[in-house]
Amino acid sequence: MGYRLGVDVGGTFTDLLLFDDASGAFWRHKTPSTPQDSSEGIVTGLDAICAQAGIAASDISYLLHGTTVATNAVLEGKGARVGLVTTEGHRHIMQIARSYVPGGLAAWIVWPKPVPLAALEDTVTVKGRISAAGEEVRPLDETDVRQALGALKERGVEAITISLINAYANGDHESRIGTLAREIMPGVPVSLSHEILPEMQEYERTLTTVANAAVRPVVGKYIASLRNRLAERGMAGKLSLLRSDGGLMSSAKAEEHPVNILMSGPAGGVTGALWVAKHSGFSNILTLDVGGTSTDVALIENLEPRRARTTDVGHLSVRASSLDVKTVGAGGGSIAYVPELTRALRVGPQSAGAVPGPVAYGKGGSAPTVTDANVVLGYLPENLLGGSFQLDRESAAKAVQTIADALGIDLMSAARGIIDIVNENMFGALRMISVQQGYDPRHFALMGFGGAGPLHVNAVARLMGSWPAISPVSPGVLCALGDATTRMRTETARSFSRLAQDTDARDLVSMLSDMATQIRAELESDGLNADEIDTEFEIDVRYAGQAFEVPLTTPLDTLERDGIEGLLSRFDAEHLRLFTFNMETPHEIVNLRAVALGPVLNLPAAELPHGDGNPAAAKIRDHRLWMDGEERSAIIYDRSKLKQGDIIPGPAIVIEMDSTTLIENGCVARVDAFGNILIYLA
Amino acid sequence: MPATIVQTNSQPFAPAEIDPVTLDIIENALRNARVEMDATLVRTAMSPGIREQGDAFPLIADHNGKMIVGQFGSFIGGFLKQFDGTLEDGDMIFLSDPYSCEGAVSHSNDWLILLPVFKSGRLIAYTAMFGHQSDIGGKVVGSMPINARSIFEEGVRIPPVKIWRKGEYNEDLIKLVMHQTRKPDWCQADLNALIAACRVAARRVVEMADRFGDDVYVSATQELLARNHRAMKQLIAMAVAEEPVSFEDYICDDGMGYGPYKIKCTMWRDGDKVVLDFQGTDPQSSASINFYLNENMFKMFFGIYMIMVFDPQILFNDGFYDLIDVRIPAGSLLKPHFPAALSGRTHALGRIFDILGGLLGQKTPEFLNAAGFSSSPHLFYSGNDHRPGKGGEWFQLFQIGFGGIPGRPMGDGPDGHSLWPGFTNVPNEFLERYFPLMIERYETDPDSGGAGLHRGGNGIHMTYRFLSPGTISIHDDRWFVPPWGVNGGAPGKRARKILERADGSHCVIGNKVEDISVAVDDQLHFITWGGGGWGDPLARDPSLVGLEVLQGLVTVAGARAYGVVASEDGEIDAAATEALRHHMRSTRAPLSLFDYGPGVEALRSACEAETGLPAPIQPAWPELEAAQ
Repeated sequence: MGYRLGVDVGGTFTDLLLFDDASGAFWRHKTPSTPQDSSEGIVTGLDAICAQAGIAASDISYLLHGTTVATNAVLEGKGARVGLVTTEGHRHIMQIARSYVPGGLAAWIVWPKPVPLAALEDTVTVKGRISAAGEEVRPLDETDVRQALGALKERGVEAITISLINAYANGDHESRIGTLAREIMPGVPVSLSHEILPEMQEYERTLTTVANAAVRPVVGKYIASLRNRLAERGMAGKLSLLRSDGGLMSSAKAEEHPVNILMSGPAGGVTGALWVAKHSGFSNILTLDVGGTSTDVALIENLEPRRARTTDVGHLSVRASSLDVKTVGAGGGSIAYVPELTRALRVGPQSAGAVPGPVAYGKGGSAPTVTDANVVLGYLPENLLGGSFQLDRESAAKAVQTIADALGIDLMSAARGIIDIVNENMFGALRMISVQQGYDPRHFALMGFGGAGPLHVNAVARLMGSWPAISPVSPGVLCALGDATTRMRTETARSFSRLAQDTDARDLVSMLSDMATQIRAELESDGLNADEIDTEFEIDVRYAGQAFEVPLTTPLDTLERDGIEGLLSRFDAEHLRLFTFNMETPHEIVNLRAVALGPVLNLPAAELPHGDGNPAAAKIRDHRLWMDGEERSAIIYDRSKLKQGDIIPGPAIVIEMDSTTLIENGCVARVDAFGNILIYLA
Repeated sequence: MPATIVQTNSQPFAPAEIDPVTLDIIENALRNARVEMDATLVRTAMSPGIREQGDAFPLIADHNGKMIVGQFGSFIGGFLKQFDGTLEDGDMIFLSDPYSCEGAVSHSNDWLILLPVFKSGRLIAYTAMFGHQSDIGGKVVGSMPINARSIFEEGVRIPPVKIWRKGEYNEDLIKLVMHQTRKPDWCQADLNALIAACRVAARRVVEMADRFGDDVYVSATQELLARNHRAMKQLIAMAVAEEPVSFEDYICDDGMGYGPYKIKCTMWRDGDKVVLDFQGTDPQSSASINFYLNENMFKMFFGIYMIMVFDPQILFNDGFYDLIDVRIPAGSLLKPHFPAALSGRTHALGRIFDILGGLLGQKTPEFLNAAGFSSSPHLFYSGNDHRPGKGGEWFQLFQIGFGGIPGRPMGDGPDGHSLWPGFTNVPNEFLERYFPLMIERYETDPDSGGAGLHRGGNGIHMTYRFLSPGTISIHDDRWFVPPWGVNGGAPGKRARKILERADGSHCVIGNKVEDISVAVDDQLHFITWGGGGWGDPLARDPSLVGLEVLQGLVTVAGARAYGVVASEDGEIDAAATEALRHHMRSTRAPLSLFDYGPGVEALRSACEAETGLPAPIQPAWPELEAAQ
């Protein structure tokens, strides 16, 4: 037992949550992010939170970390300059991609031509050929390889990706080129496609490997710097990173396979929401993670977040598992403006970010933002205890007044207009993951977190019909809570591609067992005990000739007992359920997958003392705010003084260190046993 | 006689008030149901044309048969007009004959499923989907004989029949149909997939009507149509002039040595309405390049183009149909008389889009795109796999290729990308795993995109090495009349096909050929056309031209079309470039709105020298009845 520190580095703030494994007590802290090197912000926060808890950094056994460092490297094109080595005749593999133009008929007219992640001028080809059966058709021409690698060296590439046709069937040529590359360009990291993704389909395998190579130096440098700084503080505990699929991986693994942490940041919020949902008794949750620059939304059904086999970053779709999170450019820092031409009020996606930030923060920002509108309306009260930031309401009002003047309306209407539009944008993102996926949002609760989520969650729940609106305990650092409370995870997949009739169940069992051994060893090397590791297996089956497969999970003993027949009858039943028919066609076993999971953490959640339902003891003061077209009386409460069972009628504001919850007129909130605020229509 | 719709509940739907949020939810839910149709289809279909490439088109229509979501617009009105029978709860229609549905499908390879959706005894919606079958029998593998003289040579022809009648499956019918094809396994799977897709969408419609009420659901569909009508009306008034504009373009040949065939369209506005008149289009061909163009489908093409060119925010459906009047002369290439052959219609189908672009952009050059939506190149390869261990197993491949996307107002055309919605290429590793093939080259063809301020996208140079003897057939176009450039941009390069025999000899083969035998280690170079260029090539940044030389997208020789003098590694000779550009500027003809290349007569006389193929002979039409 000891302390676990969850750390989430966002675009604006670095959030920390220190969790005492024994008591379930926790401390939290927020510090500005330091984009030039985020490890700097992390240690600043580490010092502060240790001081708060009265412990030393050396008392921390686990540091669990969600980061957008890999994401940003891809989005901003700041990844390493990748040299790509591919098979002769296939140089334009990244340029042609899958020839796919998104959108309907004629959408090509308005589709921006993408720039490949590995520049075409840094792409070279080599002679040598492997067949689809994995046989060597033409040997590798090493003179040619040396020349090609020499050319890349001269061009100054920072990382090498080797991705050859049919390497998923035989990686020998790739390995040999890798050896030569290390010899010719010592110190330059090399990624081989058959190691990163041993699956058929050359474009997807190449893209995934290139993405891995592009972010590897950035991630490696970052982790090294973080390790050094932590060591300086005497923190000797384990450092793990949050994967895009919501599991944790050791920092060493993350350095090798950073493609698995491309969506690390947003995954933290979803795992945090899961933790809260489990304790508060809601199993269907829509998440609304409102940060400074953007909002992430996700859907959790029956306590299982939706997962995707791909990770989408910008326009790229990389083959790595992730939680299905959608992002819109709407956050507290989103800038409001009125374009000359249409005279319409627009909010975002441009953001004031952390620097210069909203006007009200007094850090040099001059453009009116969503946060400024919240300040003007009285939703974010100034000069309050616990707030480490002072808010400059007068300057915020001046900025919002420019919008009011451009539209010819009064200050309060302009401010409320900004809020309505940003809420509508969040509503749009939530619709994409619910209504458009066949889910009825009225069967879900909406959980708002991130710095500004609890300010907007009530209004957005009203748009969605999703009740209650939940402001979870410590909403400002929920991602960090998720980082701290999720389990280790790793997975591996192999192409199998054989007809079921030619397959013996014993072969499957032995292959899956090998895979299990491999991934269990990975977790064991990360310090887990063999008896605390769970293993799960998935077998992808289809009718031979189909393009898509149905994944079937199965324990190995069931597979041994029921054999291939058992598997196929499950497939037929599932195919019938999904697609309404079965066929006589033979079955094909396509892929095998093994997932290893660390122990579920039975971390306690601390309960609040019972109150009498009256929140008066937590009242800070009376307040005036603008809502539903007029100025109204409201009460401001101190969240840390609320007790379980307290009932708060709206309009009201609940304040805490790093977040503010707004309860709207016509709504009423109840505080649950763990301090979550549940808002319903009155 | 029109179809009789049998409803057990005759009460009409009552108009209901719809709030904007409900409307939004219903529209989004319908869009999602459409996406679900696509997903269901590709997950369960088996022919590579559908499962890998997405050659299939879904639709959800209102109770009158008007498309609410989909791509190609609704044919249901035309079908109902011609169908001499009843439509009842539990019925499902199956058809493939273009002549029985006014061209809703345009060749017999497209199998269409139409499902009338009944709820509480009333017809509330239709769902439909059609997909291209890889083989439906007939005289050639793949069932698209370029030299067919009539539709009877093009495989099984299915008039509208009930595959399900009041809930009862017609098994004998399907046995009969499947008996006609070389690939009953693919056809059966693909047919199942089409049916499953339509059923999924029908289920979603019923759920939605349950949730909001039948009247609200139906009223919402009507409001969605009305909303689109209002937006299009405004757009037409803004973008289409009363003064007629015309545009014409060509299909290079008919695969029988004759060509080119002209397609002409004239557009003008008459009050609120747009008239699109194909008067001046050549008569039908005696071969199979005819394209039976459904008027409603063309209305949808027009509408979508208007929206994409002028205001991509507008959502499209059938609501604007009565604002457009399409006139197609009977007996023309676009409305041939029965039983003209239709299987090679893909070239005219593609060309229609170039013509639309040329028509719409003529008065507004800033919105004009160059040409390139020119064909849908097909390759067929079939035989018995004689490699060791394959046991002489029958294989047949039908693959769709891509050319270059044209230069556009917003920038360069992407290289080797699809102009058809939702299409993707087949991964080469997939081809190599499942067919006796090795793909020796899959790169863009340098310089094939037309020069311009915005370069046209390059076509693709794909080299197939055959590992088993077999036969190949090819359908492509734009090998004779190049894709035009605009606003000073140059035309794109033309398509070509070269067979490199195992002994090293090369021969140029036609772009529409049937049944060519290939041997082990023969290689086919399948090279597609590039998109036309956009804007003055001499205005393109020389350093960008240099970079593209380095990238292998433009050659040193090709760079001179931009007035750029570059070395092999993309270094620019600034002084030489300046001088060359000056020289070109002072000697060239004034830039024209359209650059069609040298014109048909000049192309004809240079044809053999430039393409390695004899020039097509001007078609004459005394023997129209030859097709009868």
